[in-house]
Amino acid sequence: MDEFDLEKKMLESLEGRIGKERLNLLRNSSVAICGLGGLGSNVAIALARAGVGRLHIIDFDRVDISNLNRQQYFVKQLGMPKTDALEDNLKEIFPFIEIKKDFVKIDENNIPTLLKDDDIICEAFDNPDAKATLVGSVLKLFPEKYIVSGSGMAGFGSTNLIKTERRLSKLYICGDGFSDIDDGIGLVSSRVLAAAAHEANMIIRLIIGEEQP
Amino acid sequence: MVKINGEMYDFAGKSITDALAELNYNPLRVAVEVNFSIVPKAEFNEYLLKDDDSVEVVQFVGGG
Repeated sequence: MDEFDLEKKMLESLEGRIGKERLNLLRNSSVAICGLGGLGSNVAIALARAGVGRLHIIDFDRVDISNLNRQQYFVKQLGMPKTDALEDNLKEIFPFIEIKKDFVKIDENNIPTLLKDDDIICEAFDNPDAKATLVGSVLKLFPEKYIVSGSGMAGFGSTNLIKTERRLSKLYICGDGFSDIDDGIGLVSSRVLAAAAHEANMIIRLIIGEEQP
Repeated sequence: MVKINGEMYDFAGKSITDALAELNYNPLRVAVEVNFSIVPKAEFNEYLLKDDDSVEVVQFVGGG
């Protein structure tokens, strides 16, 4: 199958599942994923499969052996920048997605320029201070943008505790809200995936015009 | 009185930093909104709460 046929068939297949109107909304949306670890790499793959048109993937780190327990990378990608490794994986899944990569550490100084062109921001860091800084900065600088954040997915607790809550008018929090990696309770793929799925689903709901968690 | 996450406190005149400390929040790990407007971390020390302010504090935990 040539590339043109493949793109046509993939989009027809997606349209068959979700309808033309929703597919158009998804294809025309741009989501920034801040942090490409257990949350971000899984959110990115869910959004790519769902038909989101543009992903802006941002991380300063390289794929490490300790990431493979929960992050969407492969052994052959060890040492690669996560931005490059994830781009390759996303293109394997859905070649017709537009990807913008930034191999940088996000901080208060670069947020204004880095995130200005994205419709929805996904907070997917592991460090809680960085989570708070990103969320506070985005809500202050870009009052029109939504930010979907992850908080509380460490340990082996029930995934039934993981939920999506609208905590501020433009802020959604996905997680159980309390399971903290600093408590030494570990971090396991299934629970991180559950929180990532909540983030991805809330982002998709916002894109198609649903604001309720 | 100041409303914080739905509860009333006698915090008028206190800074956000002092209010967070009294309620055992870690100021580095929170996003704070006062009357639907975000207050940046850098302003927590000088921002003084007033009577009838409505405050939302969201605290983050680590892992991802």
